[in-house]
Amino acid sequence: MSSGIRFDRVSVAYGKNTVLDALDLTVEPGEVMALLGPSGSGKTTALRAVAGFVRPASGRVFIGERDVTGLPPHQRGIGMVVQQYALFPHMRVAENVAFGMKAQKVPKSEIPGRVAEALDMTGMASYARRFPRELSGGQQQRVAIARALAIRPGVLLLDEPLSALDAQLRSGMLGELARLHRELPDVSILYVTHDQVEALTLADRIAVMDKARLKDCGTPQELYRAPRTEFTASFVGNANLLPVRVGSGAVSFGATDLKVDTGDVAQGATATLCVRPHLVGLGDGPNALSGRVAEVQWRGATHRLYVDVAGERVKADLRELRTPPGIGDEVTLHFAPEDAVLLGAGVTDG
Amino acid sequence: MLVHSRKGKLATWALFLVLFLPLFALPLLVILAASFSAHWSGAFPSGFTTGHYEAATRGESLTALTTSLVTAVSASLLALAVGSWAALAAASLKNGGKRVLDTLFMLPVAVPSVVVGLAVLVAFSKPPMILNGTRWIVILAHTILVTAFAYQSVSAAIVRLDPAYEQAAASLGARPSYVLWKVKLPLLLPSLNAAAGLCFALSMGELSATMMLYPPDWLPLPVQIYAATDRGSLFTGAAVAVVLMAATLLVLFGVSRVRTRASYR
Repeated sequence: MSSGIRFDRVSVAYGKNTVLDALDLTVEPGEVMALLGPSGSGKTTALRAVAGFVRPASGRVFIGERDVTGLPPHQRGIGMVVQQYALFPHMRVAENVAFGMKAQKVPKSEIPGRVAEALDMTGMASYARRFPRELSGGQQQRVAIARALAIRPGVLLLDEPLSALDAQLRSGMLGELARLHRELPDVSILYVTHDQVEALTLADRIAVMDKARLKDCGTPQELYRAPRTEFTASFVGNANLLPVRVGSGAVSFGATDLKVDTGDVAQGATATLCVRPHLVGLGDGPNALSGRVAEVQWRGATHRLYVDVAGERVKADLRELRTPPGIGDEVTLHFAPEDAVLLGAGVTDG
Repeated sequence: MLVHSRKGKLATWALFLVLFLPLFALPLLVILAASFSAHWSGAFPSGFTTGHYEAATRGESLTALTTSLVTAVSASLLALAVGSWAALAAASLKNGGKRVLDTLFMLPVAVPSVVVGLAVLVAFSKPPMILNGTRWIVILAHTILVTAFAYQSVSAAIVRLDPAYEQAAASLGARPSYVLWKVKLPLLLPSLNAAAGLCFALSMGELSATMMLYPPDWLPLPVQIYAATDRGSLFTGAAVAVVLMAATLLVLFGVSRVRTRASYR
């Protein structure tokens, strides 16, 4: 069963507080769509509108061809995994996984086979007799995924599924989720996260949300290399955003002229220049910026420098330096013209 | 730990014993002593006898014990059903409705039980519902009195119950009734159990409303104790009181055993 998800101008409000503002978004069948945004951006609300736990004030939600806006959650045919897993503490792992099938009156003879299949898929087969409290966080997570997959949903909703795990487990589970999706290519996945790494790793497309609105939507590469809004540029990849004035084939930043592709941004306009910190180099080069070091952070493999240039704080991620500059030192930074993206003023607030 | 020093701990224990023993333990111990004694003229009872227990565990005392147990069990089961139902319903109401229900169920606690007894007596002595003179009026009054406690403890437990369980169950395709029976009630079981124990204990000891209502053929144990002491049979009354205490504690112990198993699950 393959079915996508479609939001058709979906708005959700609590009293006068709009938490989701006219969301238009389509998740294609079999696609992994990440909803990425800070807390309070409306991403979880969007997911809960698909699950049926919040009722849109206006707009329609479709799963496949079916309008599910007015349907109660149990008739929607979704699988869902939430941050705290919500495994039923009074049931063993196998009973948890069988729960959905029993509730949906799947023939009794079929259930044990499908439970075993779902537990196999998540590597939890040997834990079938355990209670949830006897499992670690990562194991509970796998059981929650097995439980959601056992009902063979066309749509899988994942709400910050990895945020309760520690960093190492998280990267392992990311790989597991990617593998699961390769094994179940027909399942559409809506993946809510505030972690750009999760979104970039897993998603076919990312929808960036902020303040109840969809800011940007595209493939991870598009959003990372050519963000369309300042918010996307800073939230995905934490880019430097420099206010500039556009000239012909160049922009001026403070007193410095920088060579960049000005695209179709009008001459004389003010715009924002977006440069990724890891594409900024130390020393002289094309597009040189001189400034004073405000802070140095050693991060193991890299040094992060914060440099004050013409009133702006520029971030640079450099491969570990043998002799890092001290705070207050004068340094020169540079970046290649093709590594900068110019954002016209008209698109700064999506 | 609030108190760290060794001296401080000793002092706290001493204070605890000084307050606890006379207030809580001694009166009960006195009852226990009285139930085994033949005379009590000085400061201490004298003449050990088990004779009072022969009277306290036979004949009308035994009937009264059964009466009390049947009343308490029926009232607590009824109260548990009604109270949980109301608490579940209240949880799904908006704030205003919930407050009205909360207040309604608080009434029997706020109003003196004598008043509840009188109200029940007046309400059910005239057609169309005449319960006066039957055992049902006693069970009804007990149910009204203890439902408040069932409602409150189940309400509190529902508030603590993470809605994620209910939502996870619904997302897996479970109808609301299936969620209630398979997820919510099992998760509430420890609280239901505690509520049942509380209701039972309260009903076993209820006297003031019962006094106004009991028919001659349905005489609960507290009334029996009252009657015995009233006519001067202090020692028999003490023995019956010990029986009441033991029966109640025994049931509560059983209930708490069930509870630990339920919460372990």
